[in-house]
Amino acid sequence: MRNVGIIMRRELRSYFATPLAYVFILIFLVLANALTFFFGGLYERGQADLLPFFNFHPWLYLFLVPAVAMRLWAEERKTGSIELLLTQPITLWQAVLGKYFAAWLFIAIALALTFPIWITVNYLGDPDNGVIFAAYLGSLMLAGGFLAIGSCMSALTRNQVVAFILGVVTCFVFLLAGFPLVLNLFGWLPQALLDAIASLSFLTHFESIAKGVIDIRDLLYFAMLIGFFLLATTIALDVRKAD
Amino acid sequence: MIRTEHLSKRYASLVAVDDVSFQVGPGEVLGFLGPNGAGKSTTMRMLAGFVTPTSGKASICGHDVETEPLRAKACLGYLPEGAPSYGEMSVLSFLEFIADLRQLTGERRKARLDYVIGRLQLEKVLGQSIDTLSKGFRRRVGLAQAVIHDPPVLILDEPTDGLDPNQKHEVRTLINEMAREKIIIISTHILEEVDAVCNRVIIIARGRIVADDTPQGLAAKSRYHNAVSLRLDDAGQLQAARDAIAALPSVAEVEVSEREARLTALPRSGATILPALSELAARQGLKLKELHLESGRLDEVFRAITA
Repeated sequence: MRNVGIIMRRELRSYFATPLAYVFILIFLVLANALTFFFGGLYERGQADLLPFFNFHPWLYLFLVPAVAMRLWAEERKTGSIELLLTQPITLWQAVLGKYFAAWLFIAIALALTFPIWITVNYLGDPDNGVIFAAYLGSLMLAGGFLAIGSCMSALTRNQVVAFILGVVTCFVFLLAGFPLVLNLFGWLPQALLDAIASLSFLTHFESIAKGVIDIRDLLYFAMLIGFFLLATTIALDVRKAD
Repeated sequence: MIRTEHLSKRYASLVAVDDVSFQVGPGEVLGFLGPNGAGKSTTMRMLAGFVTPTSGKASICGHDVETEPLRAKACLGYLPEGAPSYGEMSVLSFLEFIADLRQLTGERRKARLDYVIGRLQLEKVLGQSIDTLSKGFRRRVGLAQAVIHDPPVLILDEPTDGLDPNQKHEVRTLINEMAREKIIIISTHILEEVDAVCNRVIIIARGRIVADDTPQGLAAKSRYHNAVSLRLDDAGQLQAARDAIAALPSVAEVEVSEREARLTALPRSGATILPALSELAARQGLKLKELHLESGRLDEVFRAITA
């Protein structure tokens, strides 16, 4: 655990050592607010809630989270620092978790900086803050899921652009798993498998949390998905780290 | 103690390391030589636990690199090829990061950081990000992270690559200082380095060990072992001198370099030719600028073995 913390702190500091972190946070905040006010019609709806804000998060994350995740391992391999890191007395798991948690925490910081919009609705009306809290939690879990997928894609290649594109495409498939666009691709599968694929959709799990219903099954879904892709990251690295 | 037994690494279409077995004990500084792509780095990476062997075993201080990787890594200081690091970090925070991963705490952490920073003369660049450093400084930062936990075993992949002669000298001095109590393996292309720091040499070619000897023993395999080299004051005497030396029964061959006015006489196997040559020089009235006995040329042995 100590090693996970050491790696996480180093990673997080390195985000803020370059303009990357500030650019990301700025873009995230501008887009989140622009989408909420111009397309979500926060004022026009006349309701004191943040649904128009959270509804856009899956689409915002679809591009921004793979952008954070793409450098996780691809860059380490490109610069060779992966050899330095993995020859320290740490396990591969500790390295994968440390880097993953750093990226997640970074997105959490960006998400937390959207607090003015929460203050705004509380000033204008009397929203259900429990629902808003649940939606923030759901948004964070969603980002965690995207990030785990991105981490795995980044472990597969030393090219960050390839990692980004693979990440966006895979996240997109998971996002829309329950929708005809994706299900039609798998139309030849038996109905039971189709239902299984449909149940993997990020969107359905996220939307139920965002409505304020914290169902243990939805949380478990995200936890298992994250666990699965981090395991896949570890395996991919173990096989390909020195290539 | 470093021990490898029948260590091999095969990739789909390539055998990178083929049945390599050796042991290195305390006080030994082993020079790993070989052409590019011979398997030096792959062998070192397997010892460092970065590449998994296809077959065979390797252990560091009695800890198998595959079954007890953490203990093996804890005994080891490793400088990867090219001295990679985190470019956006400052030198100080990078070294602190490594010190933390190496479980250094409190007084000892501070003492070790001070030691490596002083020893590798990093004081002036502590606050600079590693990206902005010269190649020589980056290599020194890599060396600093390798020795920070005072490991009993050091594996350094091309530690002096890209350094200027003064920096090379510094690094060699450091290696020589540590050699007494540590086991050290270095890989290098620079043959003079072998003479400067190693007391044992393994030459690898096409993944196999082709020579395992002391630098002196290896040099003795050279055609130039016990050869005598003379430089004449007057290049006009070159031809006559050559003929006279070639006529000596114990001389196998004479090489002439007209540019330097130098003659190199190679002995027949086992023969000693220095006395005969100096006598001949006196008899013929050759004016010598220089006369010396060669111990053998490593580069020539290297080429003969690995070509």
